[in-house]
Amino acid sequence: MNKQEARAVMTDVMEKFLGLACKRLPDDVYAKLKECREKETSEMQKVIYDTYFDNLEKAIELNRPCCQDTGLLHFYINCGSEFPYMGIVEEALREATSKATFSSPLRQNTVNWFEERNTGDNTGERMPWLHWEIIPDNSDLEICTYFAGGGCCLPGCAKVFKPSDGYAAIVKYVFDAVSDLGINACPPLIVGVGLGHNMENAAVLSKMAYLRPLGTHHHHPKGEKLEKDLLEGLNKLGIGAQGLPGNQVAMEVHVESSARHTATIAVGVNVACYAHRRGFITFHDDMSYDFSKSYKGVEL
Amino acid sequence: MKKVLTTPIKAEDLEDIHIGDIVYLTGTLVTGRDDVHRRVVHEGMTSPYDFNGGAIFHAGPIVHEEPGNNTLISVGPTSSIRMEQDEEDFIRMTGVKMLVGKGGMGPKTTAACEKYKAIHCVFVGGCAVSAAVHVEKIEDCFWRELGMPECEWVFKVNEFGPLIVSIDTHGGNLFVENKAKYQARKEECEAPIIESVKDYLVIE
Repeated sequence: MNKQEARAVMTDVMEKFLGLACKRLPDDVYAKLKECREKETSEMQKVIYDTYFDNLEKAIELNRPCCQDTGLLHFYINCGSEFPYMGIVEEALREATSKATFSSPLRQNTVNWFEERNTGDNTGERMPWLHWEIIPDNSDLEICTYFAGGGCCLPGCAKVFKPSDGYAAIVKYVFDAVSDLGINACPPLIVGVGLGHNMENAAVLSKMAYLRPLGTHHHHPKGEKLEKDLLEGLNKLGIGAQGLPGNQVAMEVHVESSARHTATIAVGVNVACYAHRRGFITFHDDMSYDFSKSYKGVEL
Repeated sequence: MKKVLTTPIKAEDLEDIHIGDIVYLTGTLVTGRDDVHRRVVHEGMTSPYDFNGGAIFHAGPIVHEEPGNNTLISVGPTSSIRMEQDEEDFIRMTGVKMLVGKGGMGPKTTAACEKYKAIHCVFVGGCAVSAAVHVEKIEDCFWRELGMPECEWVFKVNEFGPLIVSIDTHGGNLFVENKAKYQARKEECEAPIIESVKDYLVIE
């Protein structure tokens, strides 16, 4: 397959994949949301969860985006060093975004700085947003798509603390973010925590944290324990779905880290709403593809 | 009994409504968010839709647009807190009686709702298809140049809801009350975790 053919295939597949991923929650998120529903007892929480599930069913039945804020398009890419079509990926994703805006349809959310006019097709300066990681000695391309809605972008924050603030600074910072603006971001949330040495690396890691498949843990036992403790602690605040009183403000807390400078403790917090439209799709070197990691038994 | 409000809404219709109540809306519901508020409050422009006695929806829909035949695909509330800065002036200037959005609003809006007799309600966020099927039709569209999410879409609705009352005309604010409760519990919830990480700077 030459590059032009590969580009056409990827554009077509990704346009359809975006159409799927804005209408249906990935299997792991749907299952977790059901678990959360079981833990809520108040009448108000039951009304909210009934509306959540009624909406998710109607979205599939009527083939419409489950949330009107289909966000800005983020693609987190793990590209094998031997994947033969690296050069066409950016163009294909841009074209797929533009086409999906009309075929899905997605809401037109994208505005260029200073021009301040809606671009109309969700492409713009550095948009869709691409983040690349190179995987050595691998020939696959894995793309994680994410619809970054405004409501769950709003609570995002990152800050650099001093070592004297200790690990306690992480705990307080996460609690502040979730209990302040987080309650408006459509809980139950997936809380991503990035631990690093400066502001932007902690922020990027917080994003990678909430994109991680549910049921996975930080590689260090203390990191895994911190995830579990934060989840338990946040869920004792008395916040439920939609920020109203309940038992489950968070579905999951994920921590990702990179080594820190001995002089700094950097923390990033990023929250994802319950409508966690995050989908994985993998292209092989012959451009065959598979998205069963996120959606089993579904076709494009 | 199902409490249904019908536009145009009068101050006396709102007297017996309190935070935590669930209501429904019949009549006209018009979208307006950051840009509509900015134009009315800061740019001296008059809204083409007359909000007097009306209901504003903090929401940006997805609309399939065809000349003379706009079809609503998905619509749901956006975070109302973004409008906090301008809502007091907007209520005073337009006479709007009902605000529908997501999450809470702050003290300025609470004071304005008490003074000018208006309420803020929450529609469950992220439930865009459930909301869209309650909209009978799109009657009009104004200020389209602001873009699809930001312009004024005029919806005809029938028993649109459930709408959870978050600010009433008596000075009540459900989210402020709840938030105070959450904040009061914060330290207690943080403490055991902080205790468990207190030695984490020690070399393993």
